[in-house]
Amino acid sequence: MIIKGRVWKFGDDISTDHIAPGRYFHLRTNLPELAKHVLEDADPEFAKKVKPGDIIVAGRNFGLGSSREHAPRIIKIAGVSCIIAKSFARIFYRNSFNIGLPLLTADTDKIDEGDELEIDLEKGIIKDLTKGFELQSQPIPPFMLRLIQDGGIEEHIKKYGDFKVEE
Amino acid sequence: MRMGMTISEKIISEHTGRDVKAGEIVVAKVDVAMVQDGTGPLAVEELKKLNMERVFDPENTILFIDHASPSPRKELSNAHNILREFSKKTGAYLSEVGEGVCHQRLVEDWASPGQIIVGADSHTCTSGALGAFATGMGSTDVALAFALGKVWLRVPETYRFILKGRLPEGVYSKDIILHIIGMIGADGATYKAMEFEGEVVENLSMESRFTITNMAIEAGAKTGLIATDSTTKSYLEMRGRGDKFREIKPDPDAVYEKTFEIDVSKLEPVVSFPHTVDNTRKISEVEDVKIDQVYIGTCTNGRLEDLRIAADILKGRHRHPDTRLIVIPASREVFIKAMKEGLLEIFMEAGASIESPGCGPCVGIHKGVLADGERVLSTQNRNFKGRMGNPEGFIYLASPATAAATAIEGKIADPRKYL
Ligand code: SF4
Repeated sequence: MIIKGRVWKFGDDISTDHIAPGRYFHLRTNLPELAKHVLEDADPEFAKKVKPGDIIVAGRNFGLGSSREHAPRIIKIAGVSCIIAKSFARIFYRNSFNIGLPLLTADTDKIDEGDELEIDLEKGIIKDLTKGFELQSQPIPPFMLRLIQDGGIEEHIKKYGDFKVEE
Repeated sequence: MRMGMTISEKIISEHTGRDVKAGEIVVAKVDVAMVQDGTGPLAVEELKKLNMERVFDPENTILFIDHASPSPRKELSNAHNILREFSKKTGAYLSEVGEGVCHQRLVEDWASPGQIIVGADSHTCTSGALGAFATGMGSTDVALAFALGKVWLRVPETYRFILKGRLPEGVYSKDIILHIIGMIGADGATYKAMEFEGEVVENLSMESRFTITNMAIEAGAKTGLIATDSTTKSYLEMRGRGDKFREIKPDPDAVYEKTFEIDVSKLEPVVSFPHTVDNTRKISEVEDVKIDQVYIGTCTNGRLEDLRIAADILKGRHRHPDTRLIVIPASREVFIKAMKEGLLEIFMEAGASIESPGCGPCVGIHKGVLADGERVLSTQNRNFKGRMGNPEGFIYLASPATAAATAIEGKIADPRKYL
């Protein structure tokens, strides 16, 4: 799977409260509305600026905090195709693959906002087309890659009728 | 030869029917699964989409209405009704408005040693103090656990925390866990299990232990675990669940990824400063910080023991005129006991506002949202920007004792002078 897109850059410790603030708790049953506030507490303009296919690049511990799956879901609804960070919080990581939003772990320091990236998910290769360099991300575990290829856990279950974690 | 196992490896092995080790991805049986009113409606929707509106074990499938309870607005009332309807249809237990915070209710009536518990709430790790492998997940994961009675899991590596020494007066389990998170960082245990042991842990009450495992997620951990012992046993007996006791402990030759030894004898009360939990300071290093609101409650520190500690300090005293005080017992049972012991009277006379059991202002929906620029000192577990409903607010975290002292002085205060 090849993903191409433009970068929005964030720092360390972007929490689920930055992504889907508690004050919009009442919008959790209305995800398209909630998505209008995606990442509002990190960048109030983000929801207006983001375009389908864009890529989020961040620092350490992206998605820390609550279990709210609404956080990766509204990032996906906003059109983001992939998130690359130095590290991810574990519930966010798992939720993202479950809903079919791929995440890559790599040293993101050299990537800047506005860069164009081309990503090979299977190989974990990130090309910065703007700056002309290549990064190798940590490999995605085979089961997680299968979830992305299936289109998320819902489709996975429809396909296999169960979890298929073995090779 | 069979390798020594950590608590996580033991419990997950029992639930997969073979010996597993850290790093593997496995499918494990689930004993208890739950959602709350923020994550539940999405789980129900997911089951509808999959045409799997059923639950594997109605008695151990729980729908908690605790986050926005009682409902402050119509969208949330409608969300609550989605859970009520699902409960009627499937027989899943519905924990109604006023019953209390999910994690407190779980340890009261469901969580037992050796279980696997999954909850669509990050602080599900609280139950780990009872020797259960308990972890937070998203709505879809828990929805599938509802229907299939199992989850996919990565068996975590374990960090071992050996707590030694004697806990000084005025220093509590909340201070220990804040200290540990300050030491290893908010991502210091990402993907790992944290096992807590040592003489300090052995001497802690069950309620104090819950505060520690509750906050494992604030270091990024998958769960926090404590081996079972006579304290676990008497807790379960006291709750009429003595038959649920069993011994859960790691093998002596278990393999740990890291071991930390911490001497608690020199610890002071700890305060987390905005906007990350690992931004901790010792109370002696805290200069004058004026506080507009104090909140005593939540799944971290809203238990009877916590209320007793706070009431001891507030007895015969009054909150500072510029500082509001909100007290919320974590469950109905805690509320009743606090009432019978006269604790609620002490809080009322100290100028508090007491609200019905639930999450209260912790997650920023209602019952104490901050104004711009205001500061709150709370006994909850996280202080991210915007957490309590206003990104222009500032959240400080501390123990119930520090919270009580702070309410009296109107600025962050050392509780030790009131003991
Ligand atoms: S009290 Fe706070 S941290 Fe605990 S479950 Fe409720 S919202 Fe979450």
